[in-house]
Amino acid sequence: MAQIKRIKVGVASCGVAAGAEAVMEALKRNAGDVPVVGVGCIGHCYAEPMVEVETENGSVLYSSVKGDDASAQKILSLSEEGRFVIPEIRSSKEALYVTKLAGRIEPCNLEEYKANGGFSALKKAFSMKPGEVVDMVKVSGLRGRGGGGFPTGMKWSFLAAKQVPEKVLIMNADEGDPGAFMDRSMMESVPFQVLEGMLIGAYATGATKLFIYCRAEYPMAIKHLKIAIAKIQEAGLDRLPGRENPLEIKIKEGAGAFVCGEETAMIASLEGKRGTPRFRPPFPTDSGWNSLPTAINNVETFANIAPLINMGGEAFAAIGSEKSKGTKIFALAGDLKYPGLTEVPMGVTLAEIVYDIGGAERGSVKAVQTGGPSGGCIPAEKFDVKVDYDSLKELGAIMGSGGLIVIGKNRCMVETARYFLSFTHRESCGKCTFCRVGTMRMYETLERICAGEGCEEDIAFLENLGPKIRKGALCGLGQTAPNPALSTIRYFRNEYEAHVKEKICPSLVCPTLVDLTLDQSKCVKCKLCIRSCPAGAISDGFVIDNAKCLKCNSCLEVCPKKAIKRVPRGQGFNSNNK
Amino acid sequence: MLSDYFYLEEVGHEKGDLIKGLQLIQQKEGYVSDDAVKAVAANFNMAEAEVEGVLTFYAQFKRVKPGRFQISSCDGTACHIKGTPLIQQWIQAELGIKSGETDKEGRFSLETVACLGCCSLAPVMAINGRVYGKLDRKGLVKILNEYKKMD
Repeated sequence: MAQIKRIKVGVASCGVAAGAEAVMEALKRNAGDVPVVGVGCIGHCYAEPMVEVETENGSVLYSSVKGDDASAQKILSLSEEGRFVIPEIRSSKEALYVTKLAGRIEPCNLEEYKANGGFSALKKAFSMKPGEVVDMVKVSGLRGRGGGGFPTGMKWSFLAAKQVPEKVLIMNADEGDPGAFMDRSMMESVPFQVLEGMLIGAYATGATKLFIYCRAEYPMAIKHLKIAIAKIQEAGLDRLPGRENPLEIKIKEGAGAFVCGEETAMIASLEGKRGTPRFRPPFPTDSGWNSLPTAINNVETFANIAPLINMGGEAFAAIGSEKSKGTKIFALAGDLKYPGLTEVPMGVTLAEIVYDIGGAERGSVKAVQTGGPSGGCIPAEKFDVKVDYDSLKELGAIMGSGGLIVIGKNRCMVETARYFLSFTHRESCGKCTFCRVGTMRMYETLERICAGEGCEEDIAFLENLGPKIRKGALCGLGQTAPNPALSTIRYFRNEYEAHVKEKICPSLVCPTLVDLTLDQSKCVKCKLCIRSCPAGAISDGFVIDNAKCLKCNSCLEVCPKKAIKRVPRGQGFNSNNK
Repeated sequence: MLSDYFYLEEVGHEKGDLIKGLQLIQQKEGYVSDDAVKAVAANFNMAEAEVEGVLTFYAQFKRVKPGRFQISSCDGTACHIKGTPLIQQWIQAELGIKSGETDKEGRFSLETVACLGCCSLAPVMAINGRVYGKLDRKGLVKILNEYKKMD
């Protein structure tokens, strides 16, 4: 048997949620002298908890490991059972530049990061003039990964041009887009790589103050960044050539406001105020945090910098599509087999991501939602679209930060749009009337349609109001908030019409348009359903009274014979309709 | 008593650190009480209304005392389509509380959060920060019972 050198357990947030801590304890109990360490996430979230065993003959991966001694022993004996191999079809589509080290090294171990090429980019940058670094980023064609897609090199050149003693560089780690988690994963798994990008940015732009605005929901990311910053300071890496003082690096925790991902709102929040956006110009690079010139880049953008500098601008520009260079990390979730993170070159098709990498079954998918609440739904017929900033825009969606939610055939698109508007109307900061009132009106209309109380004019109303909100809002939140409703109307008008005309929910999701029935021929009278029902809606004769039923699916979940199902309203028993 | 919040000293008096001060209070007390608002206003030399304005803007801050076990039910996109509304109904059936409420004994409280970032394990919830994934009705009831026993 090959000698085991080290055992690595994926203990990023999702690994922990899947039970990785128990796995780690079990391995430590059984491993003797072999070091057992916690690492970040390699992106295969569906296979968590994951263990990687480093041997003299390379690595062996194990997936869905249990936290008991027997499982630990199996791994220590390098058992063939439970081994995990990254599917060929997936690895052939992926291009791991930015996430290469994620989940492969100890997150907060500076020495290990250095041994794997860490801080070589910083060294290379220091051998160049700051202006040359900015030029290299320009040549690379790197665009902001937070969603806007603004050329990073250009933004940096604006900041670099300011001749003032103090400048600010902010890392946007307020990943508020529900469904996106690549920033969390990068901060948890490779905090040094993210910070290296920031240090290079500070060198290139002349920034003196570095802020990291991270959402408080990510305690592990904050912890790892804090440790990494302390080690960087200890090692003197925060002292840039030609500067008298070390960089000021601070972490600020966000307090749960989606709008703070918008740059002027984030600056207001960093100043301790309500996070409302303001009119631009002046742009932050002219007047930002406390009126100092300020540039804001996303976590993933900074994570791209070190690989970019190492390979050079031209080599980076050779990856990706014509106008979108490099790779993009996508967060796959929803109705698919292999949810997780994947890094692919820009320009691969949506079909490749959803079917080949995500393992979703062809024919089982209705649509994909990109860009979270600001994005749109792309129907399965359009999955041959190449994924880059511009192509997605043409379809009425956006790339956004890279969240991809796969929506299965059994989900209701009207309800999905209602969900997104419930989010944006709640998160609207209230400054612009069109966003504050308009998103509320859209939300109420969608609520009504889902409740079977909509009329045909409602669809036209939404189509009319949406573009007005877009025009009347100052910031990205309002400008994109109508997208989920408008794109679902565009591609799934039939579902809207079924709701308003026939008052049915074709996917049997919307609670008020659904009845529950129990098939007596399948029923074995076990009474599990009666016991589970919180509303007392199931009689001793096993009839579900839809007048009382909450449509909570409790009975459906516990029924061992699958005798209970959802049917269109009116087809089940209702004591009110006698 | 304002002196109860002596620890605000550690964030200093810069207005830019107002959110940090509020976060510190919430971390220590679990919520931000009326007295705490007064103390914060005094510390940063601001009007109480100004503090209240910031406080109510951010979803993180609680104005009422949460339960000993704080359930954060994730309603991110992935969780939502995988059944957060059902999970909240089940929690209501088990504990008798809706989102934003605390039970009479001060034991459990339920809040809806935007996204916990564990989308691949959807639907998820967190109890006092510990994340539970791939929830179904059976699993949920089991987890809640464990906490009931712990109390």
